[in-house]
Amino acid sequence: MEAIMAGNKGSTMRNSSEWVLEDRDADQFLVNRQVFISDDILQKEWDVIFRTCWIYIGHGSEIRNPGDFRTRKVAGRQMIFCRDKDGTVRAMLNVCPHRGALVCREREGNARGFFCMYHGWTFQTDGSLRSGPGLDAYGPKFDKAAHGLVQAPRLEHYRDFYFINFDPDAVSLNDYLADAKDYIDIVVDQSPSGQMEIVSGTQEYDIKANWKLLVENSVDDYHIITTHSTWINYMSNSGVDMRRPKGSLLPSLGAGKNLGNGHLTTDNPNYRGRPVARWISVYGEEAKEDIDNIRAELVARLGEARAARVADTNRNLVIFPNLVINDGSSVTVRNFTPVSPGLMKVTSYALGPVEETEAQRARRLHAFLTFYGPGGFATPDDVAALEAAQEGYAAWREAPWNDLSRGMYKSEDDQLDTDEGHIRTFWRRWKELMETPV
Amino acid sequence: MSALRLEVEDFLFHEADLLDRWQLDDWLALLTHDAAYFVPPNDKPDGDHNTTLFIVADDIVRLRERIIRLKDPSCHAEWPPSRTRRIIGNVKASEADGEIQVRANFTLNRHRRGGDIRSFSGEYRYRLRRENGALKIAERRAVLDAEELGHMGSVSFLL
Ligand code: FES
Ligand SMILES: [Fe+2]
Repeated sequence: MEAIMAGNKGSTMRNSSEWVLEDRDADQFLVNRQVFISDDILQKEWDVIFRTCWIYIGHGSEIRNPGDFRTRKVAGRQMIFCRDKDGTVRAMLNVCPHRGALVCREREGNARGFFCMYHGWTFQTDGSLRSGPGLDAYGPKFDKAAHGLVQAPRLEHYRDFYFINFDPDAVSLNDYLADAKDYIDIVVDQSPSGQMEIVSGTQEYDIKANWKLLVENSVDDYHIITTHSTWINYMSNSGVDMRRPKGSLLPSLGAGKNLGNGHLTTDNPNYRGRPVARWISVYGEEAKEDIDNIRAELVARLGEARAARVADTNRNLVIFPNLVINDGSSVTVRNFTPVSPGLMKVTSYALGPVEETEAQRARRLHAFLTFYGPGGFATPDDVAALEAAQEGYAAWREAPWNDLSRGMYKSEDDQLDTDEGHIRTFWRRWKELMETPV
Repeated sequence: MSALRLEVEDFLFHEADLLDRWQLDDWLALLTHDAAYFVPPNDKPDGDHNTTLFIVADDIVRLRERIIRLKDPSCHAEWPPSRTRRIIGNVKASEADGEIQVRANFTLNRHRRGGDIRSFSGEYRYRLRRENGALKIAERRAVLDAEELGHMGSVSFLL
């Protein structure tokens, strides 16, 4: 472990076994800052992580009716996420089989088919080639069936969260999600019918930082009291009790958990209010009765214990590698994709129960913006922190190591949300995948 | 008509100066007691904040809190404060039922250290009222042209 201590030994490009160093005797866990700035490492992430892991593409509620589609970039590929005219959900490359043009250039809509504007080939909503001008010029051997849009090799969903995988031999999504399923269940249990929906309105913004920093930041409760002190003030000013018990960095003592396969979560007693179903003063007196009613429905449907689990705890859940569901002051579904080692694109949505009343939905959206998003009272400061960190990594040769050792002296089952045990599970999985030969 | 436009233009230019100089308390004094400030999401510029996720949807209570935050050195996204410059043009104003509806184009550059320049362009939409002879902002909406926030990153200052 001398290499850890001697900073000057970080000055050469390290091989993959040295990107993440864990010394259990010294209770020390270090990540080399090169992993945030290297083009070669990003290329390997594209080849291994984004090609063999399940990557979130969208939610079933975004394409409710036959013909509904959304176009989006997923794992660096232009995709069409749609429900075909028979009702089957599809994930297809938005790439014309003829000469490769984007076939659908609209963000969203309802289509009877897709039309490539370059030479005019048209496709059914299931991706099959319907027609094209002068197809007879290809001769009698032309196989129309082989000229449809390319489907994602795998498309599976868990409770309406759809994921794709470019590895045909990947384990099932169900197995992949491991214990993360339990936490998705808690989120979905907010809805009486078990149906959540993505709310209209997309927040799409860049962060000039490596994508893995947003994984860390999304579940890092250590930073809240400093990075988000102005949000804490706002909550206090609004009458929310933000006092901290002695020895605690936050108003409540939470846990950081390893959910298997690189997934992780915080699991915290709520202090910051929840539209389902924990009132805080920010919602206003007039909301109290409504929140009580939401709570009563939860108890009647789920029993006291499960209702309390849903209403009185919050969680920031990372589905490896790049999906975060923040079930805190509101619910966000946020995914992010690298553009270069120092730049990521973030897409963020609000998620809510389909049966919410207009007042409940308005409250959920108001609560969302108190904390989350590029105009919220907290997220812009996260962005500033990540961009500041990325700036620092330019000095990776002289200052090579990030330290993620908080709580390491304790058992891995005994990690607080303000420790870094859950974040270490991400890095162990990342390292494991990055060491597999391509 | 043009007298109204001139009056509104003077008001908007004054407001722009206050914002670009970070005279945020003076800016607050331009608002009605029930004012609201909106930045709609790029993909739903005409959405309703009660049913659509916005970038910013502040009622006056949260707007006052936003000003407290912006003045705090712990508002890290705006510390040191961004240098901004907004140019306002194509002002259109009409008065009906005691309110003045305004639309105006804007471009805004936000500068931070390290050569970091981010450009915003779009349309301001206002509902103004007269209180004791002075114009006041009842609603202010900054509608961005871009298809996504993208390189603009955060809307951490008053857009
Ligand atoms: S590239 Fe699409 S029809 Fe030619
Ligand atoms: Fe944060």
